[in-house]
Amino acid sequence: MTGHSLQRKISTHESFGVTALLISISLLYLLLFLGLPLIAVFVEAFSKGWNLYIAALKEPDAWSAIKLTFLTAAIAVPANLVFGVAAAWCIAKFEFKGKSLLITLIDLPFAVSPVVSGLVYVLLFGAQGWFGHWLQAHDIKLLFAVPGIVLATIFVTFPFIARELIPLMQAQGKEEEEASVSLGASGWQTFWLVTIPNIKWGLLYGVILCNARAMGEFGAVSVVSGHIRGLTNTMPLHVEILYNEYNFVAAFAVASLLALLALVTLVVKTLVELQAKRSGEPLHGETR
Amino acid sequence: MSITIENLNKHFGEYKALDNINLEINSGELLALLGPSGCGKTSLLRIIGGLEVAGSGKLLFHGEDVEQRDARERNVGFVFQHYALFRHMSVFENVAFGLRVKPKKQRHNEAEIKRRVHELLGLVQLDWLSDRYPSQLSGGQRQRIALARALAVEPKILLLDEPFGALDAQVRKELRRWLRRLHDELHITSIFVTHDQEEALEVADRVVVMNKGKIEQIGTPDEVYASPASPFVYQFIGNVNLFHSREHAPWTQQKGDAIAYVRPHDIEISKIAQDNTSLPVEVKLVRAIGSIVRVEVAVDGSSEFIEIELSRERFDTVPLVNGDKAYIRPRQYRVFESGVENELSAA
Repeated sequence: MTGHSLQRKISTHESFGVTALLISISLLYLLLFLGLPLIAVFVEAFSKGWNLYIAALKEPDAWSAIKLTFLTAAIAVPANLVFGVAAAWCIAKFEFKGKSLLITLIDLPFAVSPVVSGLVYVLLFGAQGWFGHWLQAHDIKLLFAVPGIVLATIFVTFPFIARELIPLMQAQGKEEEEASVSLGASGWQTFWLVTIPNIKWGLLYGVILCNARAMGEFGAVSVVSGHIRGLTNTMPLHVEILYNEYNFVAAFAVASLLALLALVTLVVKTLVELQAKRSGEPLHGETR
Repeated sequence: MSITIENLNKHFGEYKALDNINLEINSGELLALLGPSGCGKTSLLRIIGGLEVAGSGKLLFHGEDVEQRDARERNVGFVFQHYALFRHMSVFENVAFGLRVKPKKQRHNEAEIKRRVHELLGLVQLDWLSDRYPSQLSGGQRQRIALARALAVEPKILLLDEPFGALDAQVRKELRRWLRRLHDELHITSIFVTHDQEEALEVADRVVVMNKGKIEQIGTPDEVYASPASPFVYQFIGNVNLFHSREHAPWTQQKGDAIAYVRPHDIEISKIAQDNTSLPVEVKLVRAIGSIVRVEVAVDGSSEFIEIELSRERFDTVPLVNGDKAYIRPRQYRVFESGVENELSAA
């Protein structure tokens, strides 16, 4: 058959059967491990009807967990935004000793289990910890209180923005900044008029990922929070408590909020990618 | 504005990028820094522009020490090899940048900025592109915009780092002539860095030839071509044939080790020996390239090839074909002591 022999010449093309098989395997896998859980969350959350769902979210402890989660993210994300930009700026635009050490340190939270990061804070600030007595003497409560949760969240989400920006800024080099300075711009003007516009899409991308992680963090926060209902419970922690109490509807209702948050994150992330592509400005560290 | 450089040094770790540079640049002149890559020419340019700091030495603008002034206070226009246009700004905003970042008191009003930008875009003949973004322009257009942007702040000195290095040959030629004309109009003291000797000789008033962090020669294009001060300059600028005293003693006329440097067009070739300095050769290859004819010959008993250039008219009086026996004789040459040879081959 001529058709057959023609097709065989294109060695990178698989036959229809193989293609179909590979695609169905991937789709099945995606459905099983990503799609089904997501659907299950919403099905469970709404299993007893809309009214119970709303009631579960309106319950004061749940509501306070939602507020605490947003507060934590509202502090952690800007903090890491400032740090991330500063670190990426240093690493990408300047040569200095200890640069690789700094890069390694930035990656540390990725390498360490979140539970361990939480425990480190207990070791440092707990009643028996290094700074425990001093903190007690000055009546500062870090552990089992909101500041501890914020600190743990900052630690865990530390690398997201910096990691996103470093390759991008390295690829862009520093010529534009040099041009700006030679045209008479101050360092501050150069930063706001040249550097920030050049990295805006990458920055936004990093912020989105950082925010998603800050709101969803469980391990580190769990260790330092103390699980005080209505006071130091974030949404992920609250879900666990409700689940352990066999209050499935409420647990899945709060979980559905987290899932919704993830979906919104994905949509915004895709939009940012699209916009960056349309404007022709690179999002990641690809070269011009 | 004149520039004076005295005993300037620059190290990068162990590596000596600039080694005791002394240079006087006249007001309004167009100077080329010429040398192979890694010779320190770009470092020197960046130090003048304030983008890098010298290790030691003096840098004076119009007799005034500028070492303490950083790049933004030097009033120097800088043009980069890869243009460094602000990618998120339109062409208009790129050129307007230097005017917009001025302190409030010195800043012009919007109408004046607009007038100036369009005037500059007119000067570089690209006014019609003012709404485009850098990514939508060709390389040659980008570099002209970069030049307009640098000129917007009315710099007293213009520095160009391999300005045509990233462009293809045709655009390059066009742009360098255009740069020369522009300089003749504006008379800004300008320094441009290049590794292309043709570019330097064609555009510059004076050429500074650099090698390994040192200045080898300073002179007009004619001087550096016609009377190179060192073997390096001889080899770097234009083609040259080397005749070693061991093999061609009558040419070097020196005892000991010496090398005679002869340009391809300074060799006479004839069918009969002119005098006792003539060398018998065999013609290996004859190539006519445009208005000149290039003949490669091998000296009898040697495997080295020697390149000779003749005008077409001259060639027609002594037509040669491959395999012919002939004699060569230098019209003009220069002898340098040996020992520098290793340095040359390393360059």
